[in-house]
Amino acid sequence: MIVSHADPRSNLRDAADAPRAAGLRGAPAPTLPGLLTATERDPALHPKIDDPILVVNDLKLWYGQKQALHGLSMGIAKSKITAFIGPSGCGKSTFLRCFNRMNDLVDDCRIEGKILFEGRDIFEPGVDVNALRKRIGMVFQKSNPFPKSIYENVAYGCRIHGVNRRAELDPIVERSLQGAALWDEVKDRLHESALGLSGGQQQRLCIARAIAVEPEVILLDEPCSALDPIATAKIEELMQELKKSYTLVIVTHNMAQASRCSDYTAFMYLGKMIEYGLTEKLFLNPMKKQTEDYITGRFG
Amino acid sequence: MERHFDQDIDGIRQLVLRMGGIVERMIADSLRSLLERDDARAEQVIRSDKEVDVLEKETDELCLSVLARYHPMAVDLRLIAAVMKMVNDLERMGDSAVNIAQGVLLLNREPPLKPYIDLPRMAQLVQNMVRESLDSFVQRDTKLALDICRRDDQIDALYKQLFRELLTFMIEDPKTVTRALHLLLIARNLERIADHATNIAEDVIYYVEGRDIRHLGKAADLPPGSPSTGSEVPIA
Repeated sequence: MIVSHADPRSNLRDAADAPRAAGLRGAPAPTLPGLLTATERDPALHPKIDDPILVVNDLKLWYGQKQALHGLSMGIAKSKITAFIGPSGCGKSTFLRCFNRMNDLVDDCRIEGKILFEGRDIFEPGVDVNALRKRIGMVFQKSNPFPKSIYENVAYGCRIHGVNRRAELDPIVERSLQGAALWDEVKDRLHESALGLSGGQQQRLCIARAIAVEPEVILLDEPCSALDPIATAKIEELMQELKKSYTLVIVTHNMAQASRCSDYTAFMYLGKMIEYGLTEKLFLNPMKKQTEDYITGRFG
Repeated sequence: MERHFDQDIDGIRQLVLRMGGIVERMIADSLRSLLERDDARAEQVIRSDKEVDVLEKETDELCLSVLARYHPMAVDLRLIAAVMKMVNDLERMGDSAVNIAQGVLLLNREPPLKPYIDLPRMAQLVQNMVRESLDSFVQRDTKLALDICRRDDQIDALYKQLFRELLTFMIEDPKTVTRALHLLLIARNLERIADHATNIAEDVIYYVEGRDIRHLGKAADLPPGSPSTGSEVPIA
């Protein structure tokens, strides 16, 4: 995986490709992992999710000869926060990167199975990856603002779409910065360099940049692991606001964070889904012994 | 490798058991002081209450400290939640034993009203419930805990029977009213202790299985447990 490809600029290229993007939108409503009847479903793995925006069906992934994901199936609830937890190397980041096809950038990566985004498989030939990444945005562990002004960082995506007039950009920049709970802190220094912001502010700037292009899903890969507790609390508070308009999927090492801010939690181990369910249930009364051992720190 | 966390959890269990041991002894001694007309024993019960109060605070403090420092999850979190309620029930049991002992001190100044038959029987059943509720906690035995919940009805029936009997005494001979009332209050306190033992048994079921069986209606209708899976998640 070459990190520079993970740069959100790639999300935006060709993002104005409206017809093909519309093709993704017009698909019929998704059915739950299609494929399993109620009796086959393990209640520890398939909680009731009324309105899934993403449906993963028997997803398998290999890096070269090594299989990293072993047949994952799950629905991701719309306008909710879903957290993936598990020990290092369990495949949670790899899994997250499947949702906007970031693994396409890894040379020897092979994927089987489906991820239905509003009913259409994102791996189908003919799916415009850039349009997909516009609709499913991503925020990374390390904040990666461009070496430009705060204003230009947020406006970048829109400029790529051909929106260049200040009259149009100004409200988008303000709305996005407000959406990322950063506006009050930067409104008097919009044209100063983004690199002068603190780590927590930079991370919120990246969130503002992600929401400027109005995605539907935001993937967050350990967004707080480099932040102090106060900046972390701000991001977590922000996530609660964001879920009113977006679906959030977060990978975190921090179990307390998953338990604080997510609605659903999936526990993964060695590329398999061990347990998936309502966060409160999973942390208070998990159904699987392995989950219990991990979240109580008795693992291994 | 034993973690500090495990040591603290173990410490919490030990405190509950120490507290439970003292409370059990207080209940037994309060009844013996009645049957043997032993003032000294009754006074000893009243003094023991301080120990229980100290242990209640100590246990609560340790629970809060574990919550603050370790953010326990799953079964550990349920243990802390259950213990913080259990120590309250134990402390109230201790108070009930003190109330019984105080009644005994007054009763012992007068001649016995009648030979005691139902009261010792009730006391024995209540003491079994208390002991077994603590056993179910130590052994994480939810079958035993459920059985204790079902027994509460028996105690209530015995209490009603005693109530009617003592009422008859009072109606027949008003000179017995004071003694009969004190005996009635003792029975009332025993009945309360059984309620607290039932609460502890319910907390044990919550701690072990994550099931909240409180206020589900008649004890006989309580659903049987399935220790392996706990409560179920609705399947889509």
